[in-house]
Amino acid sequence: MFRNRDGQAALKASVLMSLMIFGVGCSVESVDAPADGSGGGGPALGSGVRRIQVDGSSTVAKVAAAVQEEFESRFTDTKVALKVTGSGTGFKEMIAGRIDVANASRAVKDSELADCAANGVELLELRIALDGLTVCVNAENDWVDSVTVGQLNKIWAAGSEVTTWKDVDPNWPDEKLSLFGPGEESGTFDFFTEEINGEEDSITDNYSASADDNVTITGIAGENGGMGFFGYAYFYANQDKVRALKISATEDPADGVAPTSETVKSGEYAPLSRPLFIYVKKESLKKPEVQDYVRFFLTDGQKMVGDVGYVSLDAAELKIAQESLEAAIAEVTAE
Amino acid sequence: MSEFVDQPAVSFRQGTDTLLRRRLLNAKVFRTVCMLLTYSSLAVLGVLMGSVLWSSLSRLAPDFLTNHYSMNPVRCGILAGLWGSFWLVLLTAAMSIPIGVGSAVYLEEMAADNFLVRLIRINLSNLAGVPSIVYGILGLSAFRPLMISLQTFFDGTRAINVLGLFRVRILHLEIFDGSVLIGAMTMSLVILPIVIIASQEALRAVPSSIRVASLALGATRWQTIWRQVIPAALPGIATGVILAVSRAIGEAAPIMMIGVLTVASMCPGGIETPLQLLQDPISVIAVPFDQFTAMPVEIYDWSKQPDPQDRFTDVAAAGIVVLLGVLLIINAAAMIVRARAGRRIQW
Repeated sequence: MFRNRDGQAALKASVLMSLMIFGVGCSVESVDAPADGSGGGGPALGSGVRRIQVDGSSTVAKVAAAVQEEFESRFTDTKVALKVTGSGTGFKEMIAGRIDVANASRAVKDSELADCAANGVELLELRIALDGLTVCVNAENDWVDSVTVGQLNKIWAAGSEVTTWKDVDPNWPDEKLSLFGPGEESGTFDFFTEEINGEEDSITDNYSASADDNVTITGIAGENGGMGFFGYAYFYANQDKVRALKISATEDPADGVAPTSETVKSGEYAPLSRPLFIYVKKESLKKPEVQDYVRFFLTDGQKMVGDVGYVSLDAAELKIAQESLEAAIAEVTAE
Repeated sequence: MSEFVDQPAVSFRQGTDTLLRRRLLNAKVFRTVCMLLTYSSLAVLGVLMGSVLWSSLSRLAPDFLTNHYSMNPVRCGILAGLWGSFWLVLLTAAMSIPIGVGSAVYLEEMAADNFLVRLIRINLSNLAGVPSIVYGILGLSAFRPLMISLQTFFDGTRAINVLGLFRVRILHLEIFDGSVLIGAMTMSLVILPIVIIASQEALRAVPSSIRVASLALGATRWQTIWRQVIPAALPGIATGVILAVSRAIGEAAPIMMIGVLTVASMCPGGIETPLQLLQDPISVIAVPFDQFTAMPVEIYDWSKQPDPQDRFTDVAAAGIVVLLGVLLIINAAAMIVRARAGRRIQW
């Protein structure tokens, strides 16, 4: 009704024609990379700083964030792009070849290794710290100091019928047992269920799951009969609110070992001590900035491990990690 | 006045008087209940704002705006999130306002009333209610492949051959996954329904006599829409756009899906101060393709940090105050725009 049909036809024709000319006359083709070897054509438009891509576990991220801060103040031309998702997501990104370093609070699974191999991604596994998974109770709780793995299993096993503390041990009071912990997406959850219930992801329905460990701590602090588990860093930061239990690997609670940096480091705090890892893509070790970053992580970066509440590796183990790193660097740069 | 009320009371003294009194009492009770409801929500807001402000005081200093993320709560700042949110919202608005207002104008002013248009109208209100994380998943699966093809196109080893005469080298852009552009595209999906619906309402509120008069005076439909209808609807459209942009600046879920940085000490394009932006305007080209983090993502991360003296909670509170401050600035700017636009309407 309001259209100018002639004008529209002319417009259509001109657009079509210009598209045809462009389509016939122009093509995208590859040109050689310049001699400076910067990969692409000349200096890229961008911030101009070297960048390292890191993704993965939120547990390891606390160490990684502290290390990153020190690293960036030392190497001012390098930035670390850290995403905090979860160990599993970190490995997925690694398999897709999108990142240089994957943080993980558990060892890589065989299936993930197979996927890496299928995509031509080679991994270098490095232990960077130790964590003692801590089982905590309310600060008012005066009846329990030490638990056995068997008792923990009775409480946390899938289909557990325990509702009060008395149900676990007749010597304990008839106080309601309220359970808190992280959810399925967490590496801590995977590790706890594996060690205590014997099977990953198998756990009682009768507990409140939260991705936020501060919520777990608030829950335990709010219930006299509360109990929950999380990484040592969270206990370390909340010692005034909750109390950590000694864990006994035997039948006798008297053999319980308290989680401290010494017992975690020596491995006495069993079975809930675990190593934390970073997985480096070997291909990325060709880049000097990644070499610098990982080297820094295993040397000066170790000071930060204790600051954020984890346990640093002992000297011998650290040396092994450093040597395997140098060997891997020598291997990829020699090619 | 009182005469009229009193008169029937004289003749039907017994019954009506109690009835009237009860009705008046009911009215009073209803008024009080409504008032209490209003003020109680205000009180809750007041308590929330008060407690956030109170706990933010310990960290709210100028260096909070200029520092990067730190595991030391005393040094921790929001600079990266501030710039990230700024570029994110700018790009989101640049994409969603033309598309949203254009769609609304088409749907209200031009579209025929056929099945497809009715379907779109019904779905718009449904889309406005979809949780934002769903759009995040959509953005991840739809826009990521786009970003990857852009990466290969701009990798610096390609050129466009024009008619075999000469070659134009395609510039080398560092294009990252989880970039500002993908974030803005995803966020546009979240707010588009809101923009469209609000703009439709505003256009509907323009009296049809204006359109008829304009057409009768010989204006074309285009002239009528552009010179009469849109200026008249502009205050309403602006309100909708501001609501939508305010939502975009506070959303964390959709951009977390597309993989934003959590711990970032870099701003998109490396631009850390407004001065830098003026000195090197070319660096803006890199911004949409750079990685970023946003204020709500940082606030969420801080609120999860383990911390004995709740010092990271204070950092999170300071972040919330900055976020609210930015929102207030945007709203103020929009009010000025609205006032100006309103002045132009002279009928």
